[in-house]
Amino acid sequence: MSTETVPAGRPADRLRDGDQSVAPASSAAARKAGGFAGWIDDRTSGAKGVNYLLRKVFPDHWSFMLGEIAMYSLIICLITGALLTLWFVPSAGHTVYDGSFVPLRGQMMSEAYASTLNISFDVRGGLIIRQIHHWAALMFIVGLTVHMFRVFFTGAFRKPRELNWVLGTVMALLAIIEGFAGYSLPDDLLSGTGIRAMEGFVQTAPVIGSYLAYAIFGGPFPGQMIIPRLYSAHVLLIPAILVGLFIVHVTMVAVNKHTQYPGPGKTNDNVVGYRVMPVYAAKAGGFFFIVFGVIALISALFTINPIWAYGPYDPSPVTAGSQPDWYMGFADGALRLLPGWLEFEILGFTLSLNIALGALVLLPLVYTLLGVYPFFERWVTGDNREHHLLERPRNNPTRTGIGMAAIVAYSVFMFAAGNDIIAIKLGMSINDITRAFQIGLFVLPPLAFWVTKRICLSLQRHDRDLALHQRESGRIIRGAEGSFHERHDALSEYDRWILVQHDPVAPLELTAEVDENGVARPAARKDRLRAKLSHFYFKDAVNPVTPAELAAAHHDGHHAEALDAEALEAPFDYEGIEGDQDHAPGVGGDGADTEAGASEQGIGSASRLRE
Amino acid sequence: MKALAARRRHPAAIAILLMLGLLVTGFAYAAVAPQPAQAEASTAQDVAAGKQLFQANCASCHGVNAEGRATGNDDKVAGPALAGVGAAAVDFQMGTGRMPMRAPTVQAPRGEVQFTQEQIDQVGAYVASLAPGPAVPSEEDVDASQGDPAKGGELFRVNCAMCHNFAGSGGALTRGKYAPSLMDVEPKHIYEAMDTGPQSMPVFNDGNIAPEEKRDIIAFLKAVEETPNQGGHALGALGPVTEGWFAWFFGLGILIAAAVWLGQKSA
Repeated sequence: MSTETVPAGRPADRLRDGDQSVAPASSAAARKAGGFAGWIDDRTSGAKGVNYLLRKVFPDHWSFMLGEIAMYSLIICLITGALLTLWFVPSAGHTVYDGSFVPLRGQMMSEAYASTLNISFDVRGGLIIRQIHHWAALMFIVGLTVHMFRVFFTGAFRKPRELNWVLGTVMALLAIIEGFAGYSLPDDLLSGTGIRAMEGFVQTAPVIGSYLAYAIFGGPFPGQMIIPRLYSAHVLLIPAILVGLFIVHVTMVAVNKHTQYPGPGKTNDNVVGYRVMPVYAAKAGGFFFIVFGVIALISALFTINPIWAYGPYDPSPVTAGSQPDWYMGFADGALRLLPGWLEFEILGFTLSLNIALGALVLLPLVYTLLGVYPFFERWVTGDNREHHLLERPRNNPTRTGIGMAAIVAYSVFMFAAGNDIIAIKLGMSINDITRAFQIGLFVLPPLAFWVTKRICLSLQRHDRDLALHQRESGRIIRGAEGSFHERHDALSEYDRWILVQHDPVAPLELTAEVDENGVARPAARKDRLRAKLSHFYFKDAVNPVTPAELAAAHHDGHHAEALDAEALEAPFDYEGIEGDQDHAPGVGGDGADTEAGASEQGIGSASRLRE
Repeated sequence: MKALAARRRHPAAIAILLMLGLLVTGFAYAAVAPQPAQAEASTAQDVAAGKQLFQANCASCHGVNAEGRATGNDDKVAGPALAGVGAAAVDFQMGTGRMPMRAPTVQAPRGEVQFTQEQIDQVGAYVASLAPGPAVPSEEDVDASQGDPAKGGELFRVNCAMCHNFAGSGGALTRGKYAPSLMDVEPKHIYEAMDTGPQSMPVFNDGNIAPEEKRDIIAFLKAVEETPNQGGHALGALGPVTEGWFAWFFGLGILIAAAVWLGQKSA
């Protein structure tokens, strides 16, 4: 036997004798956890992504589940919709009904309507599937709307989430178009009336209107084309886009991290919450079943869209109480509010602004304003920082006011769409109701803005008050020397943090309008507008209590009373607080105030920097 | 028979035969001819009693001789002239409690019936005696079981649904007027309303909608009343407004309650 060992394997391996053996990666070993999971991972490398997702931390709050209502309703719509396509016939072809619903037997109708009747009465469980589909569709748009409210009022749309806000806006618009397409499919009297109205809207487009209507309907109304076309839009095109955008939307949430409400331990750089596995997997999964259960229960107990009662579509009749589903109501209401004198005739061509403004302009306008808002606010505030902590609505009174004004304006439009139902149910004159809505459209939103803003400012002052005074116990204590004072219960640090954590704000001040050579700067006009808007947002801002104020308020109860009284009277802009601070050492006049003075100096200069 | 044959040349025979022939023809005609709509022919007493009732209860607005009365305020009338409206209009207005009107509002609402059917018939006889007009329909005219609800439904959607709503739930008209709900209305009143066009309603005479078609419409409305709500509670059968309202208040309300409950369940 030779002393020289002959290495096994290829002869060429001898050339690499000097190599140091590399230990197998420990992570790779760790990955080989489960037999089946390992098998999958070897072929997909999915473990890393799954690990990332399952270990992702999300903050916990009920209002974060509003978007989930929309998400689950969408999923319910997809499931039930797939079932409905098995029986629905998207055709305007004529047929004579001979199904089991006696009051319509022997009637001429389209195959679309006949098949919807069959789903309702002859397919086992068909009616409940139809009703779940429709109720879930309503809840989808209700859910995404309140989700949008939450995101708006808490400022969750701020950097870096502006794009996701825009995505959400696009999805909201797509959702109502998808809803309208579905509402139009069964070809009952109500949905046919909706399509007829839509044709009218399209025709009001200047110049191209009638060509466009002919293109959409493949000829004169109603024709044979519209139902199949709406069908492919409703079951294929729009859902595909919606689901695609939805996946991007949710991925962006994971990438940007979820925002969280302010609180102890929660900063702009962390996310405090639970991991997906197991807590949110259980919570979110459970919530899906709750949403499905509630919608199924409603569908089992309450009729929606009783197409058999509406009867088959025929272009001549129309029924009282013809309304679209609620999410299209605002456009319908706009039509009811627009005065008739907006129709003009120019050189023999009719310009129907009385219809076009409500039907063609309003819808894109609403969604454009929505989509643009984050960029507008960023420009006004000049705030380029990332925000992962949500704002309490009261801490941005102007934005909250704008949001409430927008909701009120939208609601006026929406309620106007039900003016006839309001008239008969309340025994009022429809003319008076319409007039009241017309006036309300201009009066109520500013009023809502003002009231909301005042409420927010009051709440902020109350927060300041609470932070400074702590809780008034209502117990009067007589001192040894005969003086009386009310005992204030201590506020815990955690409770106090919520009241004082937000950033102080001040309006942007106008910078020099001319450059050093006395020449007007080209950007000066833009800056003036920006300063004006910034003033609009922040001129009466109530800023949080500073550490200095707190220290001054707490160091001596008796003196604190005097200080507080003055602080309350003082104007609540940042400058005003600074002025107070200057006064504070005079009241206290002992060692503690030096520190307070110093910290006040720091914050004061910071505020000047911000300006 | 012999006695009868013997007298066949009696001078009175022709007269008697003529009488018999006329009687037979008369009875036969009475049996076959279209019935006058009133179940019982109105008598002079009915007319007299009706006139008394009219003058006591209706004349303050409609005038002592039903000639109508102006308020003196522009061209507004307190009550229109009633010549030619017929017994059907009286039966409808008084039989549904709309007349006597309780207050001068834009429209007389349905209400409690103030008179017995006999009194209403008497007033109807009086008004019908002023000038010919539509009569109260017969039992058969308004028998829902003889109508075709499917055909009636089609007629209803074409002629009635634009004001009364697809399910006869009613709808709004201008300036506080309204088309009332058609649920729980007696068949003959539905018929009379079509025949006489009360308040804001147009007249659907037999040329527009034939009597059998009116019966089909009645059959449809009765079918709507009797059909169970296949989809569950109908939410007033008012269309998408109530559905949207329900989704916002109950659907969202329950789901938010569930979300808050889940949000409180920490790990």
